[in-house]
Amino acid sequence: MAGRAQPVSAFPGIGAALLVAALILGTLAAVAFRAEAGTGLAASDWAALRFTLTQASLSALLSVGLAIPVARALARRRFPGRRLLIALLGAPFILPVIVAILGLLAVFGRAGWLSSFLGLFGLEPVQIYGLHGVVLAHVFFNLPLATRLILQGWQEIPAERFRLAAQLDAGPLAMWRLLEAPMLRRVAPGALAVVFAICLSSFAVALTLGGGPRATTIELAIYQAFRFDFDLGRAALLSGMQLVLTGAAAMVALRVSAGEGFGAGLDRAVRRWDGHSGLARISDAFWISLSAAFLLLPLAAIVLAGLPGLAALKGTVWQAAGNSTLVAAISTAILLGLALPMAAAVAAGRNGMTELSGILGLAASPLVIGTGLFILIYPIADPFALALPVTALVNAVMALPFAMRILVPRAREVLGRYGRLSLSLDMQGWAFVRHVYLPRMRAQTGFAAGLAAALSMGDLGVVALFANPDFATLPLQIYRLMGAYRMEAAAGAALLLLLLSMGAFWILDRGGRWHAEA
Amino acid sequence: MLKLDNCRIINGGFAVEADLAVAPGVCAAVIGPSGAGKSTLIEAIAGFLPVSRGRISWNGTDLTAAQPGKRPIAMLFQDGNLFPHLTVAQNVGLGLQANLRLSEAERGRVDAALERVGLGGMGGRKPAALSGGQQSRVALARVLVQGRAILLLDEPFAALGPALKAEMLDLVAELARESGATVLMVSHDPDDARRIADQVVLVADGKAHPPQQTAELLDNPPPALKTYLG
Repeated sequence: MAGRAQPVSAFPGIGAALLVAALILGTLAAVAFRAEAGTGLAASDWAALRFTLTQASLSALLSVGLAIPVARALARRRFPGRRLLIALLGAPFILPVIVAILGLLAVFGRAGWLSSFLGLFGLEPVQIYGLHGVVLAHVFFNLPLATRLILQGWQEIPAERFRLAAQLDAGPLAMWRLLEAPMLRRVAPGALAVVFAICLSSFAVALTLGGGPRATTIELAIYQAFRFDFDLGRAALLSGMQLVLTGAAAMVALRVSAGEGFGAGLDRAVRRWDGHSGLARISDAFWISLSAAFLLLPLAAIVLAGLPGLAALKGTVWQAAGNSTLVAAISTAILLGLALPMAAAVAAGRNGMTELSGILGLAASPLVIGTGLFILIYPIADPFALALPVTALVNAVMALPFAMRILVPRAREVLGRYGRLSLSLDMQGWAFVRHVYLPRMRAQTGFAAGLAAALSMGDLGVVALFANPDFATLPLQIYRLMGAYRMEAAAGAALLLLLLSMGAFWILDRGGRWHAEA
Repeated sequence: MLKLDNCRIINGGFAVEADLAVAPGVCAAVIGPSGAGKSTLIEAIAGFLPVSRGRISWNGTDLTAAQPGKRPIAMLFQDGNLFPHLTVAQNVGLGLQANLRLSEAERGRVDAALERVGLGGMGGRKPAALSGGQQSRVALARVLVQGRAILLLDEPFAALGPALKAEMLDLVAELARESGATVLMVSHDPDDARRIADQVVLVADGKAHPPQQTAELLDNPPPALKTYLG
């Protein structure tokens, strides 16, 4: 008998893990097989590689560099709205990329608020397209994440250390040397690696703000090879390149990062005695207001720009919204069907492979999986007819690593606390799943489902590969409206998408916690 | 007769040896210094830890390889004896049907058990709405409907105040006497043993000793027990 007996079988979870691994590795194999027939990489492909690395490095450095003063200010100040602001830092994670981009365009675009403001002084409007636009959008998404990761580092410094430092009358420089610098040396590399890895597989941002020979990421190049030239061999080669890149980056990120940034307790305020000088107060106030404005202004812009358009939405937009809702619902169902058994298998122990398969999705890119699926489906069916289920499936696999991070710790707790009692009552298998596992996992299941639904609702990735002109999800429809320069309609649809994504998250997350006993 | 024949139980880094028998209907306290292996012994009997050598049997039936739920054993743990999301009646009903599909007759038995432990009419409540003592009574009601021949207690009342703990121990003794169950209860308090235990199993220095009469042992403790009692 190896290890403890468990009331729940690991086999369904292992089966789900095998399915996921088969999907990711199978599409990879299909891509690799096809790539051999290719003609080699063109100069533009190497340019895409260089651009991908440049923008990811810049995005990571800027996000983390700016996050350090913001996290420091949030760690040592207490002010009304602090809790709300920290909660809001989690919002970009489920904010649809296309919505954020419309918001950023409204603030930083040629005709945006910033350009109008500069125009008052006779200055040229700012230009958002190209490298700096891509980096700006990435910082918008990842500054909050980096801030949360680094804030976590600050919160983990024991309160006694701050008391001791205050007792020793440590000045700002001594505080830095004694407490802050060692913590940052531990936390910052992880944050850098995570942001870098995320930005490597940037597709929607590059699609809307980049493009052209000088601002194309590999993901975008895959899409173009596929969509414009229908050169499957080249798409496959690029996919291989992307896979090596994201795989390596994900491995580094997992190794150097500790937390995942949506841990609880970040709004706890540690009592501090330092930072009372006028300069410290002013600088903290500056960083907090700047980051809040950077986060809130684009969101406000979307709401303001979208309200007039919302009333005049066309039937095609509503149809696209219906498609998106359906995709999100199917994707969430698939995700839970995979993640709940996998979390149980991991918690029941001795299933390292299951855990590994859960994080494979971090290394895989949706465009690569999409390309592989297309290659596999093409000989036997019309891939375009399968746009909806394929999108739902790929979205579920991409959300899986996050769901596992939410579900596994709770599953361990449930099995640890109630496993023996259930076994002693001979409650095993389905009886355990139905009466103990699922009810005890409800809050975490709701949270994971909410994330999955919101991510899927707002996803603009694989659907761009598979959709024909008659089919669109809401994000794709917004992209098409933008392409047709119908910005008011796009803004209205973006507001609808924002409401749908946040609404889906809120309903599922709330539903999980409704009447849930601790 | 609960028999442990030449058993060796390995739990992490340390091992407990046991070669002893407990007669049917006896209430035995398991006493010894903390970390000596009291819980390890109980968990092996319940089937949560494997024995690496020897044999566990009840009235001649070999239990050594049986799953925990298939042994003639009901067990109460230090904590987490109730499922907080299930009602009191459901928590008790688990002792009859793990899938909670209870017949009318079984429902009646649940109500009767709740009545017996003094919780008549409280079946619809959730555990959080009960006091600590009442929660212990619910767990005992489940033990009652389980009707197993052996009851193992791993200090389930440790979190209760002294008066309440004594009340619960008396209730355990009463219920065991009515059903004729054999009881093994882990305790670090010799007064618990004096209160309800006929015999005491001393666990010390990696060995579980055969049971001895409670008063005899506690009045003339061997050196290992003497150090512990102080």
